[in-house]
Amino acid sequence: MLADYLPILVLFVIALGIAAFVILLSSQLGPRKFTARKLAPYESGMEPIGPAQRRFGVKFYVVAMLFIVFDIEVIFLFPYALVFREMGLYGLSVMGFFLILLIVGFVYEWKKGALRWE
Amino acid sequence: MNILILLIQCLVLTLGVTTGFAYLTLFERRVLARLQNRVGPNRAGPAGVLQPVADAVKLFFKEDIIPSAADRWVYLIAPALAMIPAIIIWAVIPVGCWNIGGDYRACFDPALSGELNNVLQVADMNVAVLYLLAVTSVGVYGITLAGWASNNKYSMIGSIRSSAQLISYELALGLAVLGAVMIAGTLSMQEIVASQSGMWAMIPQFLGLVVFMVSATAEVVRAPFDLVEAEQELTGGYNTEYGSMKFALFFMAEYIKLIAVSAIAVTLFLGGWRFPGLETLGGIVAESSGPGMAAFVVGIVSLLSFLGKVAFFLFLAVWIRASWPRIRYDMLMDLGWKRLLPLGLVNVIMTAFVVVLIPNRWIHSILLFVLGIAILYATARYGQTVRPRSSIEFAPREPLPSTAVEQQSP
Repeated sequence: MLADYLPILVLFVIALGIAAFVILLSSQLGPRKFTARKLAPYESGMEPIGPAQRRFGVKFYVVAMLFIVFDIEVIFLFPYALVFREMGLYGLSVMGFFLILLIVGFVYEWKKGALRWE
Repeated sequence: MNILILLIQCLVLTLGVTTGFAYLTLFERRVLARLQNRVGPNRAGPAGVLQPVADAVKLFFKEDIIPSAADRWVYLIAPALAMIPAIIIWAVIPVGCWNIGGDYRACFDPALSGELNNVLQVADMNVAVLYLLAVTSVGVYGITLAGWASNNKYSMIGSIRSSAQLISYELALGLAVLGAVMIAGTLSMQEIVASQSGMWAMIPQFLGLVVFMVSATAEVVRAPFDLVEAEQELTGGYNTEYGSMKFALFFMAEYIKLIAVSAIAVTLFLGGWRFPGLETLGGIVAESSGPGMAAFVVGIVSLLSFLGKVAFFLFLAVWIRASWPRIRYDMLMDLGWKRLLPLGLVNVIMTAFVVVLIPNRWIHSILLFVLGIAILYATARYGQTVRPRSSIEFAPREPLPSTAVEQQSP
Protein backbone atom coordinates (compact mmCIF):
# COMPACT_ATOMS: atom_id res chain seq x y z
CA MET A 1 0.00 0.00 0.00
CA LEU A 2 2.80 2.39 0.90
CA ALA A 3 4.27 1.76 -2.55
CA ASP A 4 1.33 3.76 -3.95
CA TYR A 5 2.87 6.84 -2.39
CA LEU A 6 6.37 6.31 -3.77
CA PRO A 7 5.65 8.39 -6.92
CA ILE A 8 4.72 11.33 -4.72
CA LEU A 9 7.99 11.04 -2.84
CA VAL A 10 9.90 10.97 -6.14
CA LEU A 11 8.00 13.97 -7.45
CA PHE A 12 8.58 15.78 -4.14
CA VAL A 13 12.32 15.19 -4.37
CA ILE A 14 12.39 16.44 -7.96
CA ALA A 15 10.42 19.57 -7.07
CA LEU A 16 12.65 20.21 -4.05
CA GLY A 17 15.69 19.75 -6.28
CA ILE A 18 14.41 22.28 -8.79
CA ALA A 19 13.64 24.83 -6.08
CA ALA A 20 17.02 24.42 -4.39
CA PHE A 21 18.90 24.48 -7.70
CA VAL A 22 17.12 27.61 -8.89
CA ILE A 23 17.66 29.50 -5.61
CA LEU A 24 21.34 28.52 -5.41
CA LEU A 25 22.07 29.25 -9.06
CA SER A 26 20.48 32.68 -9.02
CA SER A 27 22.38 33.58 -5.83
CA GLN A 28 25.65 32.75 -7.64
CA LEU A 29 24.92 34.35 -11.03
CA GLY A 30 23.68 37.82 -10.16
CA PRO A 31 25.76 40.86 -9.23
CA ARG A 32 26.35 41.35 -5.50
CA LYS A 33 26.78 44.93 -4.45
CA PHE A 34 24.86 45.15 -1.21
CA THR A 35 24.42 48.40 0.64
CA ALA A 36 22.50 49.05 3.85
CA ARG A 37 19.90 51.09 1.95
CA LYS A 38 19.37 48.37 -0.61
CA LEU A 39 18.76 45.74 2.06
CA ALA A 40 16.36 47.87 4.09
CA PRO A 41 12.67 46.85 4.04
CA TYR A 42 10.82 48.55 1.20
CA GLU A 43 8.39 51.16 2.36
CA SER A 44 7.84 53.38 -0.66
CA GLY A 45 11.26 54.96 -0.22
CA MET A 46 10.64 56.08 3.38
CA GLU A 47 12.55 55.02 6.46
CA PRO A 48 10.52 52.07 7.82
CA ILE A 49 8.29 53.19 10.69
CA GLY A 50 8.00 50.65 13.49
CA PRO A 51 8.09 46.86 13.18
CA ALA A 52 6.21 45.17 10.35
CA GLN A 53 4.99 42.21 12.38
CA ARG A 54 2.39 44.20 14.24
CA ARG A 55 -1.17 43.66 15.38
CA PHE A 56 -3.80 42.99 12.72
CA GLY A 57 -7.58 42.84 12.63
CA VAL A 58 -9.26 40.32 14.94
CA LYS A 59 -11.62 39.44 12.05
CA PHE A 60 -8.90 37.28 10.57
CA TYR A 61 -8.89 35.08 13.68
CA VAL A 62 -12.68 34.69 13.45
CA VAL A 63 -12.33 33.60 9.83
CA ALA A 64 -9.69 31.06 10.81
CA MET A 65 -11.87 29.60 13.57
CA LEU A 66 -14.95 29.35 11.37
CA PHE A 67 -12.79 27.75 8.70
CA ILE A 68 -11.73 24.94 11.02
CA VAL A 69 -15.32 24.08 11.92
CA PHE A 70 -16.48 23.99 8.31
CA ASP A 71 -13.42 22.29 6.93
CA ILE A 72 -13.85 19.41 9.36
CA GLU A 73 -17.50 19.27 8.30
CA VAL A 74 -16.54 19.00 4.64
CA ILE A 75 -14.00 16.27 5.33
CA PHE A 76 -16.60 14.45 7.44
CA LEU A 77 -19.00 14.49 4.48
CA PHE A 78 -16.54 12.68 2.20
CA PRO A 79 -17.09 9.16 3.61
CA TYR A 80 -20.83 9.73 3.35
CA ALA A 81 -20.49 10.82 -0.28
CA LEU A 82 -18.99 7.43 -1.10
CA VAL A 83 -21.77 5.32 0.42
CA PHE A 84 -24.88 7.51 0.26
CA ARG A 85 -26.46 5.44 -2.53
CA GLU A 86 -26.39 2.27 -0.44
CA MET A 87 -27.47 4.03 2.75
CA GLY A 88 -30.60 5.40 1.10
CA LEU A 89 -33.21 7.17 3.20
CA TYR A 90 -31.58 6.20 6.50
CA GLY A 91 -28.36 7.92 5.45
CA LEU A 92 -30.30 10.96 4.25
CA SER A 93 -32.04 11.41 7.60
CA VAL A 94 -28.89 10.90 9.68
CA MET A 95 -26.73 13.21 7.60
CA GLY A 96 -29.64 15.63 7.31
CA PHE A 97 -29.71 15.91 11.10
CA PHE A 98 -25.95 16.50 11.19
CA LEU A 99 -26.21 19.17 8.49
CA ILE A 100 -29.17 20.87 10.17
CA LEU A 101 -27.09 21.33 13.33
CA LEU A 102 -24.33 22.93 11.28
CA ILE A 103 -26.68 25.07 9.24
CA VAL A 104 -28.32 26.38 12.43
CA GLY A 105 -24.87 27.34 13.67
CA PHE A 106 -24.05 28.94 10.33
CA VAL A 107 -27.26 30.99 10.27
CA TYR A 108 -26.59 32.05 13.88
CA GLU A 109 -23.11 33.33 13.13
CA TRP A 110 -24.35 35.04 9.97
CA LYS A 111 -27.14 36.84 11.87
CA LYS A 112 -24.74 37.62 14.73
CA GLY A 113 -22.53 39.44 12.25
CA ALA A 114 -19.48 37.19 12.48
CA LEU A 115 -19.31 37.14 8.69
CA ARG A 116 -19.71 40.89 8.30
CA TRP A 117 -16.61 42.55 6.97
CA GLU A 118 -16.35 46.31 7.09
CA MET B 1 12.12 -1.52 -14.55
CA ASN B 2 9.14 -0.08 -12.76
CA ILE B 3 11.36 2.40 -10.95
CA LEU B 4 12.82 3.48 -14.27
CA ILE B 5 9.38 4.07 -15.76
CA LEU B 6 8.41 5.97 -12.61
CA LEU B 7 11.46 8.22 -12.84
CA ILE B 8 10.81 8.94 -16.51
CA GLN B 9 7.15 9.69 -15.73
CA CYS B 10 8.08 12.10 -12.93
CA LEU B 11 10.75 13.88 -14.96
CA VAL B 12 8.54 14.23 -18.03
CA LEU B 13 5.66 15.45 -15.88
CA THR B 14 7.81 18.07 -14.12
CA LEU B 15 9.31 19.18 -17.40
CA GLY B 16 5.88 19.35 -19.02
CA VAL B 17 4.39 21.32 -16.16
CA THR B 18 7.22 23.85 -16.00
CA THR B 19 7.22 24.29 -19.79
CA GLY B 20 3.47 24.66 -19.60
CA PHE B 21 3.97 27.39 -17.03
CA ALA B 22 6.52 29.21 -19.20
CA TYR B 23 4.27 29.20 -22.23
CA LEU B 24 1.18 30.03 -20.19
CA THR B 25 2.84 33.33 -19.25
CA LEU B 26 3.46 34.04 -22.94
CA PHE B 27 -0.07 32.90 -23.86
CA GLU B 28 -1.54 35.15 -21.20
CA ARG B 29 0.47 38.18 -22.26
CA ARG B 30 -0.36 37.68 -25.93
CA VAL B 31 -4.07 37.05 -25.40
CA LEU B 32 -4.38 39.85 -22.87
CA ALA B 33 -2.66 42.18 -25.32
CA ARG B 34 -5.09 41.22 -28.09
CA LEU B 35 -8.06 41.74 -25.78
CA GLN B 36 -6.72 45.22 -24.95
CA ASN B 37 -6.01 46.09 -28.57
CA ARG B 38 -2.22 45.81 -28.18
CA VAL B 39 0.30 43.50 -29.83
CA GLY B 40 2.10 42.00 -26.84
CA PRO B 41 5.62 40.54 -26.68
CA ASN B 42 6.56 39.48 -30.23
CA ARG B 43 10.26 40.34 -30.56
CA ALA B 44 12.08 37.33 -29.06
CA GLY B 45 11.94 34.70 -31.78
CA PRO B 46 9.06 34.21 -34.25
CA ALA B 47 5.85 35.50 -32.69
CA GLY B 48 7.67 35.86 -29.37
CA VAL B 49 8.08 32.13 -28.69
CA LEU B 50 11.48 32.69 -27.04
CA GLN B 51 10.12 35.31 -24.65
CA PRO B 52 9.85 32.89 -21.64
CA VAL B 53 13.48 31.85 -22.17
CA ALA B 54 14.58 35.48 -22.26
CA ASP B 55 12.60 36.17 -19.08
CA ALA B 56 14.19 33.22 -17.28
CA VAL B 57 17.71 34.28 -18.27
CA LYS B 58 17.02 37.82 -17.16
CA LEU B 59 15.70 36.67 -13.78
CA PHE B 60 18.71 34.40 -13.19
CA PHE B 61 21.09 37.34 -13.62
CA LYS B 62 19.26 39.68 -11.27
CA GLU B 63 20.84 40.66 -7.98
CA ASP B 64 19.76 38.20 -5.33
CA ILE B 65 19.16 40.12 -2.11
CA ILE B 66 18.07 39.01 1.33
CA PRO B 67 16.68 42.04 3.20
CA SER B 68 18.54 42.73 6.42
CA ALA B 69 15.31 42.77 8.44
CA ALA B 70 14.11 39.44 7.04
CA ASP B 71 14.11 36.13 8.87
CA ARG B 72 16.84 34.61 6.73
CA TRP B 73 15.92 30.92 6.65
CA VAL B 74 12.15 31.26 6.50
CA TYR B 75 12.65 33.87 3.79
CA LEU B 76 14.68 31.38 1.74
CA ILE B 77 12.40 28.38 2.33
CA ALA B 78 9.07 30.11 1.64
CA PRO B 79 9.35 30.16 -2.20
CA ALA B 80 10.17 26.46 -2.23
CA LEU B 81 7.22 25.79 0.10
CA ALA B 82 4.94 27.58 -2.34
CA MET B 83 6.30 25.84 -5.44
CA ILE B 84 6.58 22.21 -4.29
CA PRO B 85 2.84 21.63 -3.60
CA ALA B 86 2.00 23.16 -6.99
CA ILE B 87 4.08 20.45 -8.67
CA ILE B 88 3.18 17.44 -6.54
CA ILE B 89 -0.56 18.07 -7.06
CA TRP B 90 0.04 16.71 -10.55
CA ALA B 91 0.95 13.23 -9.33
CA VAL B 92 -2.65 12.03 -9.17
CA ILE B 93 -4.13 13.70 -12.25
CA PRO B 94 -4.62 11.34 -15.20
CA VAL B 95 -3.62 13.44 -18.19
CA GLY B 96 -4.56 10.69 -20.63
CA CYS B 97 -4.82 6.92 -20.88
CA TRP B 98 -2.00 4.99 -22.52
CA ASN B 99 -2.24 1.41 -21.29
CA ILE B 100 1.38 0.52 -22.06
CA GLY B 101 1.93 -3.09 -23.06
CA GLY B 102 -1.78 -3.86 -22.78
CA ASP B 103 -5.18 -3.54 -24.36
CA TYR B 104 -6.62 -0.08 -25.02
CA ARG B 105 -10.01 -1.35 -23.87
CA ALA B 106 -8.84 -1.40 -20.24
CA CYS B 107 -9.12 2.40 -20.34
CA PHE B 108 -12.82 2.21 -21.02
CA ASP B 109 -14.06 -1.01 -19.42
CA PRO B 110 -14.07 -0.94 -15.59
CA ALA B 111 -14.12 -4.76 -15.60
CA LEU B 112 -10.63 -4.76 -17.14
CA SER B 113 -9.23 -2.14 -14.75
CA GLY B 114 -7.04 -4.82 -13.14
CA GLU B 115 -4.79 -4.89 -16.22
CA LEU B 116 -4.69 -1.13 -16.56
CA ASN B 117 -1.14 0.23 -16.50
CA ASN B 118 -1.68 3.85 -17.41
CA VAL B 119 1.63 5.64 -17.90
CA LEU B 120 -0.09 9.00 -18.28
CA GLN B 121 -0.90 9.09 -14.56
CA VAL B 122 1.95 9.02 -12.07
CA ALA B 123 0.10 7.73 -8.99
CA ASP B 124 -3.35 6.14 -9.10
CA MET B 125 -4.14 6.17 -5.39
CA ASN B 126 -7.50 5.37 -3.90
CA VAL B 127 -7.75 8.63 -1.88
CA ALA B 128 -6.66 10.96 -4.69
CA VAL B 129 -9.36 13.57 -4.06
CA LEU B 130 -8.43 13.95 -0.39
CA TYR B 131 -4.80 14.22 -1.48
CA LEU B 132 -5.71 17.05 -3.85
CA LEU B 133 -7.52 18.97 -1.12
CA ALA B 134 -4.67 18.41 1.33
CA VAL B 135 -1.93 19.52 -1.04
CA THR B 136 -3.77 22.64 -2.20
CA SER B 137 -4.06 23.65 1.47
CA VAL B 138 -0.32 23.31 2.06
CA GLY B 139 0.30 26.03 -0.53
CA VAL B 140 -1.03 28.61 1.96
CA TYR B 141 2.05 28.12 4.15
CA GLY B 142 4.46 29.37 1.51
CA ILE B 143 2.52 32.60 1.05
CA THR B 144 1.93 33.22 4.76
CA LEU B 145 5.54 32.54 5.72
CA ALA B 146 6.84 34.67 2.83
CA GLY B 147 4.86 37.65 4.08
CA TRP B 148 5.85 37.10 7.68
CA ALA B 149 9.54 36.50 7.03
CA SER B 150 9.97 39.54 4.78
CA ASN B 151 9.36 41.87 7.73
CA ASN B 152 7.75 44.42 5.47
CA LYS B 153 4.33 45.95 6.01
CA TYR B 154 3.13 45.44 2.46
CA SER B 155 4.19 41.79 2.51
CA MET B 156 2.62 41.21 5.90
CA ILE B 157 -0.75 42.72 4.95
CA GLY B 158 -0.70 40.88 1.63
CA SER B 159 -0.02 37.55 3.24
CA ILE B 160 -2.67 37.96 5.96
CA ARG B 161 -5.21 38.90 3.33
CA SER B 162 -4.23 35.99 1.18
CA SER B 163 -4.36 33.37 3.92
CA ALA B 164 -7.82 34.54 4.95
CA GLN B 165 -8.93 34.46 1.32
CA LEU B 166 -7.47 31.02 0.64
CA ILE B 167 -9.00 29.34 3.68
CA SER B 168 -12.39 30.98 3.04
CA TYR B 169 -12.63 29.72 -0.51
CA GLU B 170 -11.23 26.32 0.31
CA LEU B 171 -14.56 25.45 1.97
CA ALA B 172 -16.59 26.15 -1.14
CA LEU B 173 -13.97 24.35 -3.21
CA GLY B 174 -14.20 21.28 -0.97
CA LEU B 175 -18.00 21.25 -1.18
CA ALA B 176 -17.94 21.54 -4.98
CA VAL B 177 -15.49 18.65 -5.18
CA LEU B 178 -17.75 16.71 -2.82
CA GLY B 179 -20.62 17.03 -5.31
CA ALA B 180 -18.51 15.50 -8.06
CA VAL B 181 -17.41 12.71 -5.72
CA MET B 182 -21.07 11.93 -4.90
CA ILE B 183 -21.89 11.51 -8.59
CA ALA B 184 -18.80 9.36 -9.22
CA GLY B 185 -19.02 7.39 -5.96
CA THR B 186 -15.23 7.06 -5.66
CA LEU B 187 -12.16 9.03 -4.62
CA SER B 188 -9.80 7.58 -7.24
CA MET B 189 -9.17 9.89 -10.19
CA GLN B 190 -9.03 7.03 -12.70
CA GLU B 191 -12.41 5.76 -11.53
CA ILE B 192 -13.88 9.27 -11.50
CA VAL B 193 -12.95 9.59 -15.16
CA ALA B 194 -14.32 6.10 -15.86
CA SER B 195 -17.62 6.95 -14.14
CA GLN B 196 -18.19 9.77 -16.63
CA SER B 197 -18.60 7.50 -19.63
CA GLY B 198 -21.68 8.51 -21.60
CA MET B 199 -22.21 11.69 -19.63
CA TRP B 200 -19.76 14.21 -18.19
CA ALA B 201 -20.33 15.12 -14.56
CA MET B 202 -20.93 18.75 -15.53
CA ILE B 203 -24.54 17.83 -16.41
CA PRO B 204 -25.64 16.66 -12.93
CA GLN B 205 -23.10 18.92 -11.24
CA PHE B 206 -23.55 22.14 -13.17
CA LEU B 207 -23.98 24.11 -9.96
CA GLY B 208 -20.94 22.32 -8.55
CA LEU B 209 -18.88 23.25 -11.61
CA VAL B 210 -19.78 26.92 -11.29
CA VAL B 211 -18.97 26.96 -7.55
CA PHE B 212 -15.73 25.13 -8.29
CA MET B 213 -14.73 27.56 -11.02
CA VAL B 214 -15.33 30.67 -8.92
CA SER B 215 -13.67 29.34 -5.78
CA ALA B 216 -10.77 27.86 -7.75
CA THR B 217 -10.15 31.27 -9.33
CA ALA B 218 -10.01 32.73 -5.84
CA GLU B 219 -7.88 29.85 -4.61
CA VAL B 220 -5.17 30.57 -7.17
CA VAL B 221 -5.53 34.34 -6.53
CA ARG B 222 -6.35 35.22 -10.12
CA ALA B 223 -8.21 38.33 -11.20
CA PRO B 224 -10.81 39.41 -10.12
CA PHE B 225 -9.76 37.93 -6.76
CA ASP B 226 -6.12 39.06 -6.84
CA LEU B 227 -6.37 41.37 -3.84
CA VAL B 228 -3.27 39.75 -2.45
CA GLU B 229 -1.14 41.55 -5.00
CA ALA B 230 -3.19 44.68 -5.54
CA GLU B 231 -0.42 46.88 -6.91
CA GLN B 232 -2.15 50.14 -6.12
CA GLU B 233 -2.42 49.35 -2.41
CA LEU B 234 0.22 46.78 -1.61
CA THR B 235 3.02 47.28 -4.18
CA GLY B 236 3.38 43.54 -4.79
CA GLY B 237 1.70 41.87 -1.84
CA TYR B 238 3.45 38.99 -0.10
CA ASN B 239 6.32 38.88 -2.62
CA THR B 240 7.27 42.58 -2.42
CA GLU B 241 10.69 41.79 -0.89
CA TYR B 242 11.46 38.95 -3.25
CA GLY B 243 13.56 39.36 -6.33
CA SER B 244 15.42 37.29 -8.89
CA MET B 245 14.49 33.60 -9.16
CA LYS B 246 12.92 33.56 -5.69
CA PHE B 247 10.23 35.82 -7.07
CA ALA B 248 10.00 33.61 -10.13
CA LEU B 249 9.29 30.60 -7.91
CA PHE B 250 6.19 32.31 -6.46
CA PHE B 251 5.14 33.28 -9.95
CA MET B 252 5.69 29.71 -11.07
CA ALA B 253 3.68 28.31 -8.15
CA GLU B 254 0.77 30.56 -9.00
CA TYR B 255 0.64 29.66 -12.68
CA ILE B 256 1.26 25.94 -12.17
CA LYS B 257 -1.58 25.97 -9.65
CA LEU B 258 -3.79 27.69 -12.22
CA ILE B 259 -3.06 24.92 -14.73
CA ALA B 260 -3.57 22.33 -11.97
CA VAL B 261 -7.02 23.58 -10.92
CA SER B 262 -8.04 23.70 -14.58
CA ALA B 263 -6.88 20.10 -14.89
CA ILE B 264 -8.81 19.13 -11.75
CA ALA B 265 -11.93 20.84 -13.08
CA VAL B 266 -11.54 18.92 -16.34
CA THR B 267 -11.04 15.61 -14.53
CA LEU B 268 -13.90 16.03 -12.08
CA PHE B 269 -16.50 17.70 -14.28
CA LEU B 270 -15.55 17.49 -17.97
CA GLY B 271 -14.77 13.80 -18.29
CA GLY B 272 -10.99 14.09 -17.98
CA TRP B 273 -9.25 12.68 -21.05
CA ARG B 274 -12.51 11.21 -22.40
CA PHE B 275 -13.68 12.25 -25.82
CA PRO B 276 -16.67 10.98 -27.81
CA GLY B 277 -15.62 8.35 -30.35
CA LEU B 278 -12.26 7.60 -28.72
CA GLU B 279 -13.15 3.97 -28.09
CA THR B 280 -14.30 3.51 -31.70
CA LEU B 281 -11.04 5.04 -32.89
CA GLY B 282 -9.11 2.56 -30.74
CA GLY B 283 -11.08 -0.31 -32.32
CA ILE B 284 -10.31 0.87 -35.85
CA VAL B 285 -6.58 1.23 -35.15
CA ALA B 286 -6.46 -2.13 -33.34
CA GLU B 287 -7.91 -3.86 -36.41
CA SER B 288 -5.49 -2.31 -38.86
CA SER B 289 -2.23 -2.05 -36.85
CA GLY B 290 -2.46 -4.22 -33.75
CA PRO B 291 -3.19 -3.65 -30.04
CA GLY B 292 0.11 -1.91 -29.15
CA MET B 293 -0.48 0.78 -31.76
CA ALA B 294 -4.11 1.13 -30.65
CA ALA B 295 -3.08 1.73 -27.02
CA PHE B 296 -0.54 4.31 -28.23
CA VAL B 297 -3.02 6.15 -30.47
CA VAL B 298 -5.66 6.18 -27.74
CA GLY B 299 -2.99 7.53 -25.37
CA ILE B 300 -2.00 10.37 -27.68
CA VAL B 301 -5.55 11.34 -28.61
CA SER B 302 -6.71 11.20 -24.98
CA LEU B 303 -3.76 13.40 -23.98
CA LEU B 304 -4.65 15.90 -26.71
CA SER B 305 -8.29 15.91 -25.68
CA PHE B 306 -7.27 16.54 -22.05
CA LEU B 307 -4.92 19.37 -23.03
CA GLY B 308 -7.59 20.91 -25.23
CA LYS B 309 -10.08 21.04 -22.38
CA VAL B 310 -7.45 22.49 -20.04
CA ALA B 311 -6.54 25.12 -22.65
CA PHE B 312 -10.20 26.14 -22.75
CA PHE B 313 -10.17 26.80 -19.00
CA LEU B 314 -6.87 28.68 -19.25
CA PHE B 315 -8.24 30.90 -21.97
CA LEU B 316 -11.29 31.51 -19.78
CA ALA B 317 -9.00 32.59 -16.91
CA VAL B 318 -7.18 35.10 -19.15
CA TRP B 319 -10.46 36.35 -20.57
CA ILE B 320 -11.87 36.90 -17.07
CA ARG B 321 -8.73 38.80 -16.10
CA ALA B 322 -9.15 41.10 -19.07
CA SER B 323 -12.84 41.68 -18.43
CA TRP B 324 -13.38 42.12 -14.70
CA PRO B 325 -12.10 44.73 -12.27
CA ARG B 326 -10.70 43.60 -8.95
CA ILE B 327 -13.37 43.26 -6.26
CA ARG B 328 -13.30 44.85 -2.81
CA TYR B 329 -12.20 42.84 0.23
CA ASP B 330 -15.56 42.88 2.00
CA MET B 331 -17.23 41.74 -1.23
CA LEU B 332 -14.67 38.96 -1.51
CA MET B 333 -15.44 37.64 1.95
CA ASP B 334 -19.19 38.04 1.38
CA LEU B 335 -18.99 36.07 -1.86
CA GLY B 336 -17.01 33.26 -0.26
CA TRP B 337 -18.93 32.87 2.98
CA LYS B 338 -22.45 34.06 2.18
CA ARG B 339 -22.87 32.90 -1.42
CA LEU B 340 -20.48 30.15 -2.44
CA LEU B 341 -20.51 28.23 0.85
CA PRO B 342 -24.34 28.05 1.04
CA LEU B 343 -24.48 27.24 -2.68
CA GLY B 344 -22.02 24.41 -2.17
CA LEU B 345 -24.05 23.07 0.75
CA VAL B 346 -27.29 23.33 -1.22
CA ASN B 347 -25.63 21.47 -4.08
CA VAL B 348 -24.54 18.61 -1.83
CA ILE B 349 -27.91 18.29 -0.11
CA MET B 350 -29.78 18.53 -3.41
CA THR B 351 -27.56 15.90 -5.01
CA ALA B 352 -28.01 13.52 -2.08
CA PHE B 353 -31.81 13.83 -2.13
CA VAL B 354 -32.30 13.62 -5.88
CA VAL B 355 -29.91 10.72 -6.41
CA VAL B 356 -31.35 8.68 -3.55
CA LEU B 357 -34.97 9.31 -4.52
CA ILE B 358 -34.52 8.86 -8.30
CA PRO B 359 -32.01 6.06 -8.97
CA ASN B 360 -32.22 6.36 -12.78
CA ARG B 361 -28.99 8.04 -13.89
CA TRP B 362 -30.37 10.03 -16.80
CA ILE B 363 -33.47 11.33 -15.09
CA HIS B 364 -31.71 12.50 -11.93
CA SER B 365 -28.88 14.06 -13.93
CA ILE B 366 -31.23 16.16 -16.05
CA LEU B 367 -33.27 17.10 -12.98
CA LEU B 368 -30.12 18.18 -11.13
CA PHE B 369 -29.00 20.19 -14.16
CA VAL B 370 -32.30 22.08 -14.31
CA LEU B 371 -32.37 22.64 -10.55
CA GLY B 372 -28.76 23.87 -10.62
CA ILE B 373 -29.50 26.44 -13.29
CA ALA B 374 -32.62 27.59 -11.44
CA ILE B 375 -30.67 28.05 -8.20
CA LEU B 376 -27.89 29.92 -9.99
CA TYR B 377 -30.43 32.20 -11.64
CA ALA B 378 -32.16 32.88 -8.32
CA THR B 379 -28.82 33.67 -6.66
CA ALA B 380 -27.78 36.01 -9.43
CA ARG B 381 -31.19 37.69 -9.47
CA TYR B 382 -31.90 38.09 -5.75
CA GLY B 383 -28.58 37.56 -4.03
CA GLN B 384 -26.42 40.46 -5.20
CA THR B 385 -23.38 40.94 -3.00
CA VAL B 386 -22.42 44.19 -4.67
CA ARG B 387 -23.43 47.10 -2.47
CA PRO B 388 -22.60 50.72 -3.05
CA ARG B 389 -19.85 51.89 -0.73
CA SER B 390 -22.12 54.42 1.02
CA SER B 391 -24.42 51.69 2.35
CA ILE B 392 -21.66 50.15 4.46
CA GLU B 393 -21.89 51.28 8.06
CA PHE B 394 -18.53 52.20 9.48
CA ALA B 395 -17.91 51.80 13.19
CA PRO B 396 -16.85 55.09 14.83
CA ARG B 397 -13.07 55.29 14.82
CA GLU B 398 -11.04 55.48 18.02
CA PRO B 399 -8.07 57.82 17.65
CA LEU B 400 -4.91 55.78 17.05
CA PRO B 401 -2.31 55.67 19.85
CA SER B 402 0.70 57.73 18.91
CA THR B 403 3.25 54.90 19.07
CA ALA B 404 4.13 55.46 15.44
CA VAL B 405 5.93 58.71 16.12
CA GLU B 406 7.88 57.41 19.12
CA GLN B 407 9.27 54.42 17.28
CA GLN B 408 10.56 56.42 14.36
CA SER B 409 14.19 55.65 13.74
CA PRO B 410 16.60 58.60 13.88
